[in-house]
Amino acid sequence: MDLVGLIPLLPILGFAAIGLGGRWLPKKAVSILGPGVVGASFLMTLAVFFQLFSLPPSERRVVTSLFSWVVAGNFSVDISFLVDPLSMVMALVVTGVGFLIHVYSVGYMGEDPGYRRYFAYLNLFTFSMLCLVLSSNFLLMYLGWEGVGLCSYLLIGFWYEKKSAADAGKKAFIVNRVGDFGFALGVMLIFTTFGTLDFGGVFSQAPALSTEGGQRIATAITLLLFLGAVGKSAQIPLYTWLPDAMEGPTPVSALIHAATMVTAGVYMVARCHALYLLAPFSMAVVAVIGALTAIMAASIGLVQNDIKRVLAYSTISQLGYMFLACGVGAFTAGIFHLVTHAFFKALLFLGAGSVIHALSGEQDLRKMGGLRKYMPATYTTFLIATLAISGVPLLSGFFSKDQILSAAFFSPQGGNFLWLLGIVTASMTAFYMFRLFFLTFTGGCRASEEVQHHIHESPHSMTVPLMILGFLAVVGGYIGMPHALGGVNAIAGYLAPVFADLPHLPEPSLGMEYLLMATSVVVAFLGISLAYFFYVRSPQAAERLRQNFLYTLLLNKYYVDEIYQALIVSPIVAGSRWVWERFDLGIIDGAVNGSARLVEKLALRGRQLQTGYVRQYAMAVVMGVVIILAYLVWG
Amino acid sequence: MDIFSIIGTVDYGALLPELFLLGFALVVMLLEPFLPERYKPVNFYLTVFGLLAAAGGSLWLWNRAGVNFGGMATSDNFAVFFRLVFIAGTLLTVLVSKNYLASEKFANGEYYALLLFSTLGMMFMAGSLDLMVIFLGLEVMSIPLYILAGFRKADVRSNEAGMKYFLIGAFASSFFLYGIALVYGATGTTHLQEIYNQLPTLQGRGDFLIYAGAALLTVGFAFKVAAVPFHMWAPDVYEGAPTVVTAFMSAGPKAAGFAALLRTFALFLGDYKEAMVAVFWVLAVLTMTVGNVLALVQSNIKRMLAYSSIAHAGYVLVAVVAGGPDGVSAALFYLLAYTVMNIGAFAVVLAVEGKEGSNQIGDYRGLVNRHPYLAAAMTIFMLSLTGIPPTAGFVGKLYIFSAAVSANQIPLVVIAVLNSLVSVYYYLGVVVAMYMHPSPAAEKNQSFYSLPLMLVLALTVWGTLQLGIFPQALLRAASDSLVGLF
Repeated sequence: MDLVGLIPLLPILGFAAIGLGGRWLPKKAVSILGPGVVGASFLMTLAVFFQLFSLPPSERRVVTSLFSWVVAGNFSVDISFLVDPLSMVMALVVTGVGFLIHVYSVGYMGEDPGYRRYFAYLNLFTFSMLCLVLSSNFLLMYLGWEGVGLCSYLLIGFWYEKKSAADAGKKAFIVNRVGDFGFALGVMLIFTTFGTLDFGGVFSQAPALSTEGGQRIATAITLLLFLGAVGKSAQIPLYTWLPDAMEGPTPVSALIHAATMVTAGVYMVARCHALYLLAPFSMAVVAVIGALTAIMAASIGLVQNDIKRVLAYSTISQLGYMFLACGVGAFTAGIFHLVTHAFFKALLFLGAGSVIHALSGEQDLRKMGGLRKYMPATYTTFLIATLAISGVPLLSGFFSKDQILSAAFFSPQGGNFLWLLGIVTASMTAFYMFRLFFLTFTGGCRASEEVQHHIHESPHSMTVPLMILGFLAVVGGYIGMPHALGGVNAIAGYLAPVFADLPHLPEPSLGMEYLLMATSVVVAFLGISLAYFFYVRSPQAAERLRQNFLYTLLLNKYYVDEIYQALIVSPIVAGSRWVWERFDLGIIDGAVNGSARLVEKLALRGRQLQTGYVRQYAMAVVMGVVIILAYLVWG
Repeated sequence: MDIFSIIGTVDYGALLPELFLLGFALVVMLLEPFLPERYKPVNFYLTVFGLLAAAGGSLWLWNRAGVNFGGMATSDNFAVFFRLVFIAGTLLTVLVSKNYLASEKFANGEYYALLLFSTLGMMFMAGSLDLMVIFLGLEVMSIPLYILAGFRKADVRSNEAGMKYFLIGAFASSFFLYGIALVYGATGTTHLQEIYNQLPTLQGRGDFLIYAGAALLTVGFAFKVAAVPFHMWAPDVYEGAPTVVTAFMSAGPKAAGFAALLRTFALFLGDYKEAMVAVFWVLAVLTMTVGNVLALVQSNIKRMLAYSSIAHAGYVLVAVVAGGPDGVSAALFYLLAYTVMNIGAFAVVLAVEGKEGSNQIGDYRGLVNRHPYLAAAMTIFMLSLTGIPPTAGFVGKLYIFSAAVSANQIPLVVIAVLNSLVSVYYYLGVVVAMYMHPSPAAEKNQSFYSLPLMLVLALTVWGTLQLGIFPQALLRAASDSLVGLF
């Protein structure tokens, strides 16, 4: 387990080398170092993973403390890492998928003048994300939490000369502040309640909160923490930053805004399940927000025309599924979906990146089409990912989504309504994904002559990661194959030590489970068929839909951005302007400038004492001596 | 007791760092005349090696307190901690000096030997349990400084600096010596522990003498650490002395003054605590306020740093007022942090002086375009000197202020915090000039620096951040340094 310290250390060293090396580091070295450190970190994670696996299940929780970080009175926090099945799953996803995306970036960002800066940020992100998932206390987790937020901001605004990119970065940062504020308050409340920030200490004391007053505190803590998750994982009402975040380079969208960072909220809720279990109200909030986000984002995704924005809304929607799972107590299903989603969504984004790359930067679906024959590797892998996310049986998305839906249906905290939201979302997912797929790869090419001329398959550094992710998107689901289909649900067994304190869900009847499964398969194919009808068979029908009021509403994303602008942003700006002009400029600056002038006057007066004459300096010494002597001897 | 029996009883192990320094200083000085011109760099390497050897010796002595010369000198952890601070300061100075000496055509053997002798004096001060040895150390430290301040023989300002420093220094030393005499008159001894043992029995005339003695000793220390109103030499000397010497003077000798002050008064206090605390309280307030306020209006960066170093002495005096293990360990940590960040800042000043020939803050405008790395490093040092996290200066101030708060010195802490606020203006003024004002001339980035200078910048930036982000190890070392002191 001693290797665990190296897992986050390697990426930060990479960041330091690339960041400080600057122009002195040849580009080739960056191409090796950037992905290399993450790859090495992945190997370390694997080594630790197998070490953990060699322990008996009940002992699979190892805390490695490197050194004490902050000590102030009775408050002390160590830099220490927690190795348990949950943190290892996350670390494997972060370093594994992260490594593939780093490799992909070598090709994708090859021509960019900010190549070095890009890899420095990407390594810093990996470090922060690993701190977040490996930390064994809330403070280090918070450090990682803020660190990934910072990197997200830097990478969304990577092309900062573009105003829209700079604005999107700012938006992401500011919206996330709202959530982070809640998270920080939650952490502070945890400290005042439990007197420690250590996971072990907090969660072992958690049962003491099962009194009535204690439950109120638990509810407060969990809701505050969830506010943080809502911001980071883009849930209602703080999801608006994620679609804009697509201004960043596409591999960044894949790594940060699909596979890893945005799932941090899910991880955090799962990590704190001991607290959530004490607060049924919070659980209900998590489930309902998750389900509502899932369906709302999916509905917006139905009509968007920017390939990356469709995927962004899809990500929001899938994250909603994960929260739905956590909210109904099926944390394992949530984490399982997190893993499969990381595979297929990273693949979708990277595939989209490959398409954008080929089309000289074009992101509008209306100007694509017919790419199948130009880009066979991208086409095949993208199809796999689309099938996986749509919930087509035997691919990874099917298994994980089905577990969530079944949990939503059977769990005492769930219910028919939540299940219904989930199943409608599933059909929408299938629809918008195949809409995107058909518009991109089939039919005739709608790009301009100029662009068509340049269409090419991407280099190996990009297609090989696509193929690996494609493989994972197919087989990733088998780690959680349900008993009903004759599987062993390995991931549930593997995560069991972490969630040992969960109450056992009632065993659903097999017939009912098959029925639910069949329903999801039917709705998935329904969505696919509709997409086929509208976008392959009779595109005129799709044109007619455009006249619809609902279509306009969805295209404009329910006008949420406009509503926020009118209700929140504008009043704050106006209010701040008022405060700035009246209060800040008048009173505060007046006071500051006044006292500054006073100090300056004093200084100018004082400076005259410094004459440069030794005799006067000696005189000052003598006066000092006399005063001290007088005070001490006669005072 | 004849000389041979004394030599026989010396615990040479406990003197290892001092012996290394003495040996190398003598070798460098005696070798200098015989070295042909092209072998002159040997002096540099010998000096570095001597310092590293002394550092190794000091580390070895950690937790191995040994007493020498009939109890007059010790090598307890307190002494070891300070030895390492001095060595750090001297080593960093030596590294930045190499190219400076070449460009100034200094006789480098003398220069290095003087630095080593001065450091040796500091070590005596920190490791002494006897007022006479403290005085001896004080002079061994100061006399090379007088010479070094005037080392640019052709430069009038440098001559003036050396002369002024010498005159005022001799004046202050005489007070210190007289203070020792008075204390001896009261107690019949100059040994700190014995003085301390006698304090409760003193009455009448003895009481009077001990107060007068304490007052004069305070003056001596206050002069060395440049506390107001004994500070007036500092700005003139700092500005006139060669920049490398200024860097050296602002760190080590100040720490040495505090080492002796802490040792003397930590043991000295007893019933006299209240009165002495009042004196240090006033000194602290005056020193912080005058230092910070006058730093505001300086246009020369060396002079600004001189007033800033006065202000920082004031912060350390806050720790002295706080007293007790918390206060003293906070002072130790702060002195180390200050040494690192301040020499770093001087290294940047030196580099800019070498590149652009100016020490005016106005000429730092747009430095980021010409020397981005220097500007970045300077920013870190300025933030640290201001006391902004995550830097050493922040942690240092935090621990000083919290020690003072627990010693119930709330008004003093309020004054100190207000002073820090004032300091923001002039420290960040440098950063603003470097980053937000356009270059006077559109020069291209021309960053090429000598290897030792880069090493110093790397070490000091690293140290500033290391102490700021992971201060625990050194905080623990600082509090372990007090073993046997309280």
